[in-house]
Parts: sequence; C-alpha cells; structure tokens
Amino acid sequence: MNPAAFDYVVPRTLPEAVAELVKHGQEAKVLAGGHSLIPLMKLRLSTPSFLVDIGRIGNLSYIREEDGHIAIGALTTHHDIEFSDLLKNKLRLLTSAASQIGDPQVRNRGTIGGAAAHADPNGDFPACLLALDAELKAVGPKGERTIAARDFFVDTFTTSLEPNEILREIRIATPPPGSKGTYLKFSRRSQDWAIVAVAAQVRVTGHEVTQVAIGLTGMGSRPVRASGVEQALRGKPGHDDELRAAAERAVDGTDPQQDLNGSPDYRRHLAQVLTRRALEQITAHH
Amino acid sequence: MAISQMVGASIKRREDPRLVTGTGSYVDDLPQTALVYMHVVRSSEAHARILGIETSRAKEADGVLAILTGKDLKPEFGAPLPVTVCFVPDKKYPNHYPIAIDKVHYVGEPVAIVLASSRAAAEDAGERIEVKYQSLPAVVDIEKAIAAGAPVLHEELGSNLSYDVKFAAGDIEAAFKEADITIKQRLIQQRLIPIAIEPRGVLADYKTFANKLTVWSSTQIPHFVKVWLAVILGISESNVRVVAPEVGGGFGSKIRVYPEEILTALASRRLGRPVKWIEDRNENVKATHHGRDQIWDVEIAAKKDGTVLGIRPTQWLNLGGYCSQFGTFQVLGMLVAQGAYKMKAFDGRAVGVFTNTTPTDAYRGAGRPEATYLIERVMDLVARETGIDPVEVRRKNFVRAEDQPFTTLLGLTYDSGDYTITLDKALAMVDYKALRREQAEKRKQGKYMGIGLCTYIEICGLGPAAPTQAATGVSLWGMSVVNVHFTGKATVIIGSSPHGQGHETTYAQVASDVLGIPVEDIDVQHGDTAIGPMGMDTYGSRSTALDGNAVHISAMKVQEKARKIAAHLLEAAEGDIVYENGKAFVKGTPSKAVTIQEVAVAAFQTSRLPKGMEGGLEATTFFDPTNFVWPFGAHICVVEVDAETGATRILRYVAVDDCGTRINPMVVDGQLHGGIAQGIGQALFEEGVYDEAGQLRTGSLVDYLIPTASDLPSFELAATITPSPVNPLGTKGIGEAGTIASTPAVMNAIVDALEPFGVKDVAMPATPQKLWQLMHRNGGTKR
Amino acid sequence: MRRRVAVTINGTKHEHEVEPRLLLVHYIRDVAGLTGTHVGCDTSNCGACTVELDGHSVKSCTMFAVQADGTQITTIEGLAQGTALHPLQQAFWDEHGLQCGFCTPGMIMAAKQLLERNPNPTEQEIRVGLEGNLCRCTGYHNIVKSIQAAAKVMAPGAERKAPASVS
Repeated sequence: MNPAAFDYVVPRTLPEAVAELVKHGQEAKVLAGGHSLIPLMKLRLSTPSFLVDIGRIGNLSYIREEDGHIAIGALTTHHDIEFSDLLKNKLRLLTSAASQIGDPQVRNRGTIGGAAAHADPNGDFPACLLALDAELKAVGPKGERTIAARDFFVDTFTTSLEPNEILREIRIATPPPGSKGTYLKFSRRSQDWAIVAVAAQVRVTGHEVTQVAIGLTGMGSRPVRASGVEQALRGKPGHDDELRAAAERAVDGTDPQQDLNGSPDYRRHLAQVLTRRALEQITAHH
Repeated sequence: MAISQMVGASIKRREDPRLVTGTGSYVDDLPQTALVYMHVVRSSEAHARILGIETSRAKEADGVLAILTGKDLKPEFGAPLPVTVCFVPDKKYPNHYPIAIDKVHYVGEPVAIVLASSRAAAEDAGERIEVKYQSLPAVVDIEKAIAAGAPVLHEELGSNLSYDVKFAAGDIEAAFKEADITIKQRLIQQRLIPIAIEPRGVLADYKTFANKLTVWSSTQIPHFVKVWLAVILGISESNVRVVAPEVGGGFGSKIRVYPEEILTALASRRLGRPVKWIEDRNENVKATHHGRDQIWDVEIAAKKDGTVLGIRPTQWLNLGGYCSQFGTFQVLGMLVAQGAYKMKAFDGRAVGVFTNTTPTDAYRGAGRPEATYLIERVMDLVARETGIDPVEVRRKNFVRAEDQPFTTLLGLTYDSGDYTITLDKALAMVDYKALRREQAEKRKQGKYMGIGLCTYIEICGLGPAAPTQAATGVSLWGMSVVNVHFTGKATVIIGSSPHGQGHETTYAQVASDVLGIPVEDIDVQHGDTAIGPMGMDTYGSRSTALDGNAVHISAMKVQEKARKIAAHLLEAAEGDIVYENGKAFVKGTPSKAVTIQEVAVAAFQTSRLPKGMEGGLEATTFFDPTNFVWPFGAHICVVEVDAETGATRILRYVAVDDCGTRINPMVVDGQLHGGIAQGIGQALFEEGVYDEAGQLRTGSLVDYLIPTASDLPSFELAATITPSPVNPLGTKGIGEAGTIASTPAVMNAIVDALEPFGVKDVAMPATPQKLWQLMHRNGGTKR
Repeated sequence: MRRRVAVTINGTKHEHEVEPRLLLVHYIRDVAGLTGTHVGCDTSNCGACTVELDGHSVKSCTMFAVQADGTQITTIEGLAQGTALHPLQQAFWDEHGLQCGFCTPGMIMAAKQLLERNPNPTEQEIRVGLEGNLCRCTGYHNIVKSIQAAAKVMAPGAERKAPASVS
C-alpha cells in the first residue's frame, strides 16, 4: 500500500527541526534513513500526519575521535560505520555489527541514530551501545542532554527520548589498546533480524581479563547487559573453562520472548552458546 | 528428420535482452491512459458473517468513482469460480464467488472493491470502509476441523469434510502378514506460500460499444481465463481476449481463474474505463493461493532384507476456505506414491478438509513432491529399521529397466527409465563410500554430517487427452501453429504460456531443426488469446513434452508441404526430394535444389503451386501423446548440523536428472537450479503459520522466509538421457523435478545427521530451534 | 501539500510537484515512466526496486521521492550504452542468470555496487553481497556465475578487451 498522506518539512538545522516537532506535537515523526519508519507506514501501521526529514541537516554524519571518545553523528549510515577505518582499528564491535544489519542496500540508507531511536529489541546496534556504555546526545526544546545507553533503551520500540527530542550524536569512550570486540548474531537467514546476538568487548591484559562488557540482543523487550558473565570473568585469567562457565551466566536477568523464530528456552541457550563463542573468538590469541 | 543442429544446443535465451535492460513489460508496466485503480478491501476475519458494509464515508473520499460489495455484484456473476474434477469427482464444495456475499471464510477474502482515480486514493478510501462482522469460531487445523463440534465453514455441506476417497490395489492385509517389520510414521507437509517475485496483477479494458473485453493478467493460464471470463461475465468467448504479458514467475500460484480477474473486468464494464489492480506483497501472501499443508500418515510393511511389501498412506489435505480450481489436484500424490519401486500392495486414502485459511492449490510439483517425500522417507525409514544402507534399500526395491514399461499397482504405466543409471552416477560424483567414512570420522569429533538420497520418478507432460479428461475433467494436449512467411522467416504460435521457462528460445530451436530456418528468423508467440486462441497453457512440467512436440510436428507438416512444392518447382518426383538444412534437393543431385525461402515465395505466388494445392506454408497441430512422460533422477545432499545451535549447512548438493532429450541444456539446468532451491526452501525455511483465530502470522517476507543467495550452495548437476518413447522429440518435463527431489534429499540428510540422537523423522521445516530441541530432548548430546 | 522534486535519472533531469508520500520507486515508474525498476514486496526484503542513488545502491521502495530531491539516480535503463549492454547485463544473458526476469533489474543494480566495492569477489562474497535481493527462479546458481563472469570483464585492465577475446 501507499503510506497515508502526510505533510513534510525539511529543516536545515537541528533547532529548526526541534521547533517543527514542538509545533506538530504527537502528529509528527522524525524521518532519518527511513528504513524502520517507511515500511511501517507502507503497511499503514504507522500513520503520522507530519514528517520532519532531518536528512538534510548538515554535520550529522561523521565518525571522529576526540578527547578519548569516538563520536558518531546520528545520520551516519550503517555502511559508513561498516567501512570506517577508524572504527575498524578501534571499535571493531561496531563495524562487526554494522556489517550484519539487513543487507547492503539497507546499510546504505539506514542510520545509527535511526536504529537507536527505533529501539527494536531484535535490532543490532542497541546491544552494542549498551555494552559500550555509549552516551546518546539529544537535542530538544530545552537544549541538549546526554543520556546513558542504559537509560536510553526503555522497552520494545520505546526510548527515553521525548517526542520533541532528536538524537544528535553517539559517544563512546575509545577502548584502551588491546581491547577487542565482536558481534555474533544468530538468525535463520543472514538478512533477518537476530534471534539472539551477542555484543562483546573484552580486554585481556597479561593474564587477566581487565575489561569485559557483554550486551545481548533478543533476550528481552530491550537490549540487556549480561552482567553475570561480566562479573564471572572480570579479573580472571580467561581460561577456556572460565569462559565456558562465565558464558553460562548469559541468561541471568534476561526475559526472552516467544516468537516464530525461537522460544525463551532456545534463546537462553543461544545466548550462552554465542557468548562463549564470542569470548573464545576474542581471547583466541592470548 | 533433418540433421539435428539446434536441439541439444545451449544457445542464449532470446527473451533476455529486453529483460536485462528493464524493457520487458509486466502487467504493471503496460502503458494505459484513463486508468481506474481497483483496491480490494479484504476480510480481517477468518470466519464471520457480514452484517453490513458501511461505505458512505469512503464514497465521499477524493477520487473515488465507485465502491462495490458482494451484494452489489452478485447479480452479475453468471457462474461461481470454476472447480475442476481433479481425481475427486464426488467431492463436496460450496459455490465460491469472486467476492464474499454474506460470509467470509478466510483472512484476505475480498469483501469490497474501491475504484478510484489513483491507487493511493483507492487505498485511502478503503481505509474508510467499515465492515460489520459477526465473528464466528474459526478452525485452521485439519484434525480439529473434522473433530466433533468443530465450527462448520459451509453449513450447506453439513461438515468440513469435502471428500474421503480410497486408492487401493493389491492385498494389503497379506503384505502386513508377510512383513518382518512394520513402521508407522506421520510426515508433515507444511503450508507453503508460493511467492513469485512478481505479485499478481490485472488490467481489464471493456469497450462498451464493441462489447469487447481485453484482460492482461499475470497468469500461467490465459486460455482458461478467457473461457471463464466469458462464462462468468456472460460475454461471447470470441469477444474476450486475454493476454499474459511478461509474467514474473508462477510456480503454480498463477494457475487459477482468480477473483481479481473477474472483478476488474466487471468494474471496467460498469465504468467503461480500463481498470487496473496490482497485488502488493501484503495481499499476495493472503490472496494468492497457498500450497501443500498436508499430513501424511503411513504404515509400512517390509522384510528384514529391506524389501518393501506394501504401504498404507493417508493423505490429509487442508483445502482452506474454499475448494480452489485445482484444489484437489494434489491428490495426484496418492496416485504416484509408489515412486520408483515395486511393491505388492498399496492402500491409500485421501481426505480433504475445509478450514478458515487461504485456499490451497498447486504449488511447484503439486502432488508429486508429497508423493516423493512419502516414498523416499519410507525408503530411509526402512533402511534405518533394517540397518541396511539407504542406497541398497532403494536398489532392492527399484523397478528394473527390464520391467519397463512398468505398470503401477494403481494402473499408471511408466514410459521408460533405468533408475540405477542416475543413482550410480550420483554416487560416483559424491564418492559415496568416502562420504560415509568422513561422516563416521566427524561423528567421533562431535560433528554431525548427514547424507540424504532421493531417487525420484515424476509424472508430467500432462497429458494424453483421454486420461486427463477422465482424471481432471479437462482434455490436455499440446498445440502449435508454424507459419512460414513470404520471405522465408517463420512465426511459431504455441498453446503454452511461459513465465521464465524460455519457450521463445527452445521452441525456435525445435522449429529451426526441422525447417533449417535460423533461430533468429523464427519468432515464437505465446500468451495472447488473440494470436493463439486455444492452448492448454503452462503447469505440471507439460510445455515441452506437449507444445514443444506440437511445434516439431507442425514444422514437419510444413516441411512435408515444402517438399511437395520443391518437387513441383524442380520437376522431380516428390519421393526423390531430400530436405536438409533449409534446402530441398533431388536425391543424388544436390545442385538441383531450392531453399525454404524460395519455396516460401512460391507458396504465396500460388500460380506456381501444383494444381489443387492451396497457398501458404502453415500447419497447425493438436498433439495428443500416447502416455505421460516420466522423468527420473537421483539427488544427494550432504549437510552438517551444528549441535549447539541446530543450524543446518548444506555442504554439497549433487543432482543427476534424466528428462530425456534436452533441447537447451542450459535452460534445463536453470530449471533444476531453481527447483532445487525451492525444495530446499521447504525443507529448511518456509512455513505459512496461522494462529488459532485464523490470522496469518507469516504475513510478509520478513516472516515467511524464502532462501537468499547466502543460504544456498552451488549445485553440482549431471545428466543421463533416456528419450521418452511417447513423443517425437523424446523430451520429458523438468520444471518441477528439482523441487520434487530436493526436499526429501535434504530432509533425509538431516535425519541421517541426527541419527546419533535417535532421531527418525523431522517435521518440516527443519528450523534450528526444532533440530536443537530434537538433539537435546533426552538431556543432551551423545558426544 | 505537494513538494517539488528535481532529480537526474540516467542523465536526464526530471522535475515535478509530488505528494510527499510518493515513494521513489513510484516516482521512477509512474512519473518518470521508467518501468524497469520493479516492486516485489512492501518490507524492503526483495530488492527488485534497487537503483543507484548518488553512487549507492538503495531500495527505492523504502524512500520517499522527496528525500531524493537533488540526487543523481541510475536505473537499469541507464546501464546499456545505446545497444551495447553493460558487462553485467551481458553476463546475465551469457550465463542464464535470469528466468522470469522480474528480480533481474534489481539484482543487476545490486551486483553493480558489489563489484564496485569488491572487483574480485569470492563466491561466498557474492552470495553475501546479494543478501538484499530475492530470486525465486534461478536458485542464484547462475546469478553467481554471471557476476563472476562480469567481474572478469570489468576487472581493472580488462576494460579494453571485448568479451569474445577473453578465453
């Protein structure tokens, strides 16, 4: 079907965009890459009467390192992330996740800001941002505020963004040298949403796991941190049996859902398997 | 016959230049002015009475020309939608109109149409229509639908049972008495959604003062659609033209006279303007028929040495909300379930049941995949039970070459085939013994590799007229016209209607061989009832066996006339004329010759013809063969199942197929590739799922998973060639063989991989979760 | 509430007032009249609508035409030079990379991007690179072969060679 009719504005600056959102209230939605919103509109599951297209606002697409942080503009596409040399060197978890989202065409249009704001519990970036303790900078009528990833993802398709706020930037502390990341995703076909996926960022210094952060996709109504795994591993030498035992705790505190692709039991099992595999992969050369 | 040059040549397809440049025209691409767009409002309820349809708000919407409901249109239907006999003459079924009149029986059934000046306007207005339903309890499951107290879909039939018929021969009781081993197994044929990448579409243009109707439809059967448009709309058949332009895939899903073909035509007649409807995918998954959805229960009687004595299968068929046009064709599965094997007794039963789901009908293979899945699983079940290698069980039970032509228990006669030749070749290609050693090694390492076989036979080339008339209610034959023009170029008109099969190329090859006219000078026309008014269209792997041979025969008739004309021109006796490579010459004197081009000129300069001969160089053929054709082959699939996740990876896929003469081997291989992929789709990915209330849970390509490139391996193909004795070219069908063979090959491989876990069967599709559950149901792996 | 859209499609400028809800694919097909780009689903899965937009392959069913304002678009109709087919079109023809042809324009446009990013892909890289495009006829077998064949012809240094001279 065609989307229901709507009116449309293309602001040139963020304040203009925020002003439009304030003006149109609940009727308005933000359009970025459109790869979450437009399919819903075509099925008329979403019928906003006003779209604020932020796609032409300058300076929202970038990946740069500053003050020990990596800053990513909200309109940066999955493709730009996948192919970023900076991220390949310093934040492979994100390039790994980006390369597994949808398909090449989707990655050419979809944006990290859009993916974060859409908050699909089976989406790939949310678990990564959670694992990386990302900060999300949003601009609203009262100015800018910074939201920690753990506070940002609230529920299925729900974030702590106000309806009149727009995500501007995502900031992630540059992992220390030797810290490695990977994203392992399990789905029935490669183009599909994850049934379960694991975002892992781990640093082994000498014979000690000095950093371990695990985010899980598909294990609840929002991305979750596998804190049980992290506790079990932090400070340990990271031997195979320890990795295995730690990975068992990937199910702690999760509440996976039942759908066509997997039962809660199967998801819990996958979370353990994928966590172990991710840990093994990252620590393989130590 | 002329020396064969083109038959057997993998020439490039003549269809392709327009298709690779985006300049072919599918229905939605046709230029048309003053168009009206039709939007179909569909039932959101699986089972409900329509209490009323409130259209006043919608009528006021911008651009709306008319809104019509079932009650408005009922008087215009001269007949309900057609239902053919298809093996079950005494079935019970309700009248099925193109739009619901007072009750809906599945989600997606049309309840109203909106006609508007743009598609968006029609859709907007559709949103404003309020249908008041009285919800009724729904039933989607076969067994629940025939249980006592089930909600009845069609009260006038008394129950949801459409038919319960037997297909039996031989003494089944004796077979079970003689058996050392008996096995009972339930096999699942899940519901499949065909998903041609082009959804359906119709453009209907009724010219009021000429009383002429032209319908362009994305259909496999323009000739059937023409007849039924005439009948249902009450227009003279001679005033109805149906065109199938480029058609973007069918796989059986476009083999039916569909409601939207009738509704657009009626709307065009009402408005006096052309009306277009293009299905979107969201509609397609509900409004275009589904496939399979059957349960097969089988009891097997076998001996310790692997001999299968007899089987007792029951086929439970979910018909959906109505009996679709060829809805009972799938019962063919029962008739051919004996497969490539001899046995003493067969005791089959087919039961058709209505449920509140989208009607089911033909989907690639239609009955034969089910039959092959049954008998090939039977062979593996017997192998497992007896401990004999599945290859040996098959060899033991094979119909032998010396038994051909072999007549089955149910009375069908195979045309030809030595089933060991394809099997031997496939085994050699995979190095079967080495594979089994590798499997044993891997199991020691906790890796679960499986090897699956399928040695199929298939009935196709529908068909000889007499048995198809008796079985299906339609006489099926092949049709062609070969017409050589003044300049010696030719037009071939065929009765089949391709949608990807490459008939424009292969049939030109056939005619070129006989007439010696270059392929590029032969145009093949199809899919337009104004050009070829009669044809039996394309389904059931029938086209080459029927229409391809009809082209050959018409070309031979033209050659015969050319020979007569040449004799006259060369002043020689007709018996002395040799026709070769487009030249007719006097035997022994090749210099005394005329070309086909010279003959063609003479054919139209009629004063130069022999006395009494009519002008023109044209022949028509209605080809009725003496039997069906029976391709066969051996497919071997090698998989590995990840014991931790349950994910299946296909390591190798080897196929050796025998479809008789291959006119264009490249095209044959292409048909096999696609067929194999679709069969793999059924084995691993695809499943149409309804919830208890009759809502389709797999309502888009997000949830209904068809294989992508990265889910499939490259296929290793080889051929043997056993020409069919029942048609002059020796061809058999190949459009469905890949699908028929691959599903059992993959599933046998998966069950084989899971043998260490005691798994004897897996209900399709073999999802990772399901395999993981099966491997871990007894508390973990055996490794 | 119509909005002006100006785009260049296959080198030709188009400028129209359109409804904001008009999808780019419908603009290309119904307004610009280029019907080689097809629609096969509603959910961005099938890729039949793939076109190139400012050098990136995109699914034109998942964009509004207004979002494309000011862009350069190449569709399947823009690949051939006169009657000379693009190497990918030629390879799909040579290798029987299509049957019904409905997915083919999108498949070729996706393959074009794939080879631009990776001129010498492995079979697996081709298969993964086609994740966004569904074909129901070919089992992808000959599509993969077509792209391999095109890669040979399109490889740097091979441009001057006519396909016939590649042995």
